[in-house]
Amino acid sequence: MKKAEIEHLATLSRIKLSESEVEKFESELSSIMTYVSQVSEIVAKDTDSEPVVGKVHNVFRKDKISNAANEFSDDILREMPETDGRYLQVKKILQTEE
Amino acid sequence: MKTITELREEYIAGTTTPTQVVAEALELIKSKNKEINAFLDIYEESLEQAKEATKLYAEKGSDTPELLGIPVALKNNILLKGQKATGASKILENYTAVYDATVVRKLKEAGAIFVGSTNMDEFAMGGSTENSAFGPTLNPLDTERVPGGSSGGSAAAVAMEAVPVAIGTDTGGSVRQPASFCGVVGFKPTYGAVSRYGLMAMGSSLDQAGPLTKTVGDAELVHNIMSGVDEMDATTINEDTYEQVSVKDKLVFGVPRKFMAEGVDPDVLEAFEKHVELLKTEGHEVVDIDLPLFEQGLAAYYVVMPAEVSSNLARYDGIRYGLSVEGDNLLDVYEKSRAEGFGDEVKRRILLGTHVLSSGYYDAYYTKAQLARVKMREELDSVFSKVDIILTPTAPTPAFKLGEKKEPLSMYKQDIFTVPVNLTGVPAISFPMGTVERDEKSLPVGVQYIGPHGGDARLFAIAKKVYDERL
Repeated sequence: MKKAEIEHLATLSRIKLSESEVEKFESELSSIMTYVSQVSEIVAKDTDSEPVVGKVHNVFRKDKISNAANEFSDDILREMPETDGRYLQVKKILQTEE
Repeated sequence: MKTITELREEYIAGTTTPTQVVAEALELIKSKNKEINAFLDIYEESLEQAKEATKLYAEKGSDTPELLGIPVALKNNILLKGQKATGASKILENYTAVYDATVVRKLKEAGAIFVGSTNMDEFAMGGSTENSAFGPTLNPLDTERVPGGSSGGSAAAVAMEAVPVAIGTDTGGSVRQPASFCGVVGFKPTYGAVSRYGLMAMGSSLDQAGPLTKTVGDAELVHNIMSGVDEMDATTINEDTYEQVSVKDKLVFGVPRKFMAEGVDPDVLEAFEKHVELLKTEGHEVVDIDLPLFEQGLAAYYVVMPAEVSSNLARYDGIRYGLSVEGDNLLDVYEKSRAEGFGDEVKRRILLGTHVLSSGYYDAYYTKAQLARVKMREELDSVFSKVDIILTPTAPTPAFKLGEKKEPLSMYKQDIFTVPVNLTGVPAISFPMGTVERDEKSLPVGVQYIGPHGGDARLFAIAKKVYDERL
């Protein structure tokens, strides 16, 4: 893997990496990827299986209210980094052009 | 610390009380934890709960819930309402759980008393508990060595005699490998046997919670309380999901010799051979089996698991809860919070997962790895038509020294025998099979019994005979 690839992955992953981290992950991820490439050998000859693991079936439950109104609200609000009254406050998402 | 079964008998007989036992547990944790660092939090209020339990025993004796007054330690990636749930990560350092995990609810209903939360590798990623943001846990049997991981704190809590049972989670061996390193019993249930509701998700198609105990009987008792269908986890199974698995007296054990030919310490193999001999003298049949795909399981695991990690950990973004680092705009807040909040191993796996899921690589890696799991299940089905249990060492080595495994790949290879179990969803148990000598110290090593889907009861039945009855 190349430096630019690691930087691209960091952006996709929303993690700011320092120069030294980029270098470290570049060599580490390369050796890990070389190792995991074996996975293609396991199934090289198989073309008709579906990549679905285990028994898959629909599971339903009643769409009912299971807690009292506001039962958890205060606890959840307390965990928020920034609030405005009973609202979660976030940074502006749409930037206006200057 | 006595076993759950012993404590329960003494509570009912009145020869000891939950108050005494919990007080002793708290005392011991306080005196030993400075060195071992198995516990992240100690719950002082447990003493009050113990007094209540003591009263109940005086009034009702055996007509009380099964775990009443039993002290339990809980891995810190499992939610206990009102207590900190950090996942041993800086990003959740100050996070308080707002609800109980299903396993916690069930243990509470059975009367268990939580005395503290245990240390772990950050978000359960690692095999040594060195990846904790709050410092490593040391192995109580040799403090120069790691307790294994990621449930290292839970294994150490049992090994240091603080509690008769600690709950862990197992995504690729995180209950069984530390059990092996600390000389205790560790159980990974059939996938879906235990609800994942309220567990911090790591690899959702792999994660299961399981007990670490001193006896197989205790592990069975606690597992039976924690398991069952849960409408909050759509992947939980019922008794009809898999075909009935018989419980027999004489079993056929399969040993994947080729799989074990490389990378296992010679004295670990020696202890394993002794165990094989023991099974034969007990009248069981031991045969060689071939599991060619299992040998490549680790490669598939390091595609599937990081892929699920990268998706599951997207929720930690500095917006709704957890660490939030100020930034110029929303993207900047995400990137800085995650940069500061996550440790190296977590970042490594998120990047890896993002890579194998990204356009152009998805089919080459992720689809292939999922296909590999399907093929591995087929291979297992055919093996289990001939044998009742598959036998391997739990880990290729005894506990290693702190700082010894710096290369990520060398750490990953610790899990060679345990990850195929999670990839295929079958149950497995680890219990001590003997000891090996390192630096003039005796270190325990575990044996792993792997059963077919839904074969949890078969594993407990045979492991009780082989292990508990010899204690």
